[in-house]
Amino acid sequence: MQAEDAGRISPSAMLEVRDLRVHFQTDDGLVKSVDGVSFTLDRGRTLGIVGESGSGKSVTSLGIMGLNTGKNVYISGEIWLDGEELVSAPPTRVRELRGRKMAMIFQDPLSSLHPYYTVGNQIIEAYRLHNDVSKQVARKHAIDLLGRVGIPQPSVRIDDYPHQFSGGMRQRAMIAMSLSCDPELLIADEPTTALDVTVQAQILDLISDLQEEFGSAVIIITHDLGVVAELSDDILVMYAGRVAEYGAAEDIFGDPGHPYTWGLLGSMPRMDRERTERLIPIPGTPPSLIRVPPGCPFHPRCAYTGLTGGRCDTEVPLLREVVNFGHHAACHLTDDDRTRLWAELSAGVVPAEAEIPAEAKFEPGTGVQESPPDYEKGSPVGGAGETVSPSGADS
Amino acid sequence: MIFFIIRRLIMTVFLLLVVSMLTFAIFFLVPRLGGETPYELAAQYVGRTPIPSEIHAVEIKLGLDAPIWLQYGRYVKGIVLGVHYNNGTDVSYCPFPCFGFSFRNDQPVWPQMTSDIPVTVSLALGAAVLWLIGGVAVGVLSALRKGTFFDRLSMGVALAGVSLPVFFTGLIALYLFSYRWSLFPNVHYVGITTNPVQWARNLILPWITLAFLYAALYARITRAGMLETMGEDYIRTARAKGLPERKVILKHGLRATLTPIVTIFGMDLGLLLGGAILTESVFSLPGLGQFTILAIQNHDLPEIMGVVMLAAFFIVIANLIVDILYTVIDPRVRI
Repeated sequence: MQAEDAGRISPSAMLEVRDLRVHFQTDDGLVKSVDGVSFTLDRGRTLGIVGESGSGKSVTSLGIMGLNTGKNVYISGEIWLDGEELVSAPPTRVRELRGRKMAMIFQDPLSSLHPYYTVGNQIIEAYRLHNDVSKQVARKHAIDLLGRVGIPQPSVRIDDYPHQFSGGMRQRAMIAMSLSCDPELLIADEPTTALDVTVQAQILDLISDLQEEFGSAVIIITHDLGVVAELSDDILVMYAGRVAEYGAAEDIFGDPGHPYTWGLLGSMPRMDRERTERLIPIPGTPPSLIRVPPGCPFHPRCAYTGLTGGRCDTEVPLLREVVNFGHHAACHLTDDDRTRLWAELSAGVVPAEAEIPAEAKFEPGTGVQESPPDYEKGSPVGGAGETVSPSGADS
Repeated sequence: MIFFIIRRLIMTVFLLLVVSMLTFAIFFLVPRLGGETPYELAAQYVGRTPIPSEIHAVEIKLGLDAPIWLQYGRYVKGIVLGVHYNNGTDVSYCPFPCFGFSFRNDQPVWPQMTSDIPVTVSLALGAAVLWLIGGVAVGVLSALRKGTFFDRLSMGVALAGVSLPVFFTGLIALYLFSYRWSLFPNVHYVGITTNPVQWARNLILPWITLAFLYAALYARITRAGMLETMGEDYIRTARAKGLPERKVILKHGLRATLTPIVTIFGMDLGLLLGGAILTESVFSLPGLGQFTILAIQNHDLPEIMGVVMLAAFFIVIANLIVDILYTVIDPRVRI
């Protein structure tokens, strides 16, 4: 699947990941959490990585940060950050880049902030680590940052401990900390999952505002399609540690090319649809990453395996371009079948395997622009997350 | 914060009062309920072949014939202020803090204990420093090298440490280091004011013996805490900042692990200050532990009561300090 991506690689890319594999040796066997993922990301652009729990999204991001530590981790592939390869780089070099050139925001801001140090201390620590400045200068910088991420009275709240902050403020503080050294790459791992629905939108707005201000490249990892719909330029759909579909956000939402993406879209409630329409869950559960199904990892849950003449359970589908330039999907369906099936789905035909009563009409949205993020209208986006990812927690 | 400390101080006084009630009840009320007369109680104070008139004199002097609550009031007053005992002809003053008169020699208990306190404090504090540093260091290293030879070895030694009693390790230490190799011959207590070098030299073996027991425990607790802490999200955040691993471990990991350790450290130290009976016996240190043993062997109730009250005092104060320290250490419990 790596060769097919060559067309997208641009020399100016801020981040370029080539055939990244992160495997964990466990007592039960080799866990292939990430198994051949490639993508590129330019400055000022946002990539959304979408997938169910255990699809390898978080491990991918931790892999870029060099935070998959332990003796049982095996990493291969290439990660080029601004012209510097990280997988083969010495850990001390990657450590220097962490926090300075690439920074990360985590899912649960309460547990991700140290409970015994003030918010200010933690930001100052991050700043002074990479900048040779006095405590006073760093403190000023931290106050400035807290103000910029929207903390009221930053010069007072800087001396608060994380438990004195509300959930949204903690995430703002996390963002301030991650931005303290003007990183060129910002990875947000489920930045809104632990937050109230009302706060989610604020945090996402903040991230996109700051991205414009700082010009960083951003990776947003989420199982919530509503989040990526609003923010992302590109979307990478992951399944069982591999890329299922990769392309521009308009293509993924408007003309998705992989049955798994169809499933994700079909199981998400949307405001632009009739209330009477049923959500269509994806049958089954994600596979074990120790025993990934042969062939296409999605085939046991796929409704269209009959159309490919038995290739699905024997042959691993490669990422190939579908319809638009730069829109890739890893699926054996022919372009004709794919176009026809998507048209049928859009018209409301439900795949037999989904076992949903026939009256349930399915009409996915037509594009990002027409589908404003659900949370802004208070629709149950959390429910969408639940449908896509039954366990709710990302591993 | 200040209210918390005041409230906590009041609690402490109350707790000590309860302890005093309990000890008083055990030593004065229970015998009376068991049928002993004030006369019989008084007989304990006057030697082996007492004359009844002497016993009566003591009975009246100590007020043993008074109502029990009056006796308790006098007992508490004695501890807090000191008290005069008077039967008309014979007046004796028991100065603060008065734990009564020893059966053995009819002298106030407290002055007999004061010379023993520095011994126990020397032993306990020295050992505490050793076990805290040693135990935490070994625990942290074991956690970071989990599963390695060092980890297995240190945890094996730690298991031996918690399992072996002091009267075994202490005697082995004495045999090897004092008798066999004469590194620390003729262990005996020398006051720190008399000769600080001799003081330390003579206490090294008891310190190590006592510290070994506790260090083993602390190493295990630290290791478990460290393993848990290093899996926390905020450790990942610290790494994501680009902190060097040493700083991640010491500043972020150990900081969180130390909090529960401070708690048990305070308790253990408080408990030890009341007398490290086994260690003091093995090394013949004239501390509170030895005093306690003698008091028990002589059935000297006032002395036993004194030791109990002093030990309770140490534990309660240690608890108080831990509680106040906690508000400094853990910002989440700040009031």
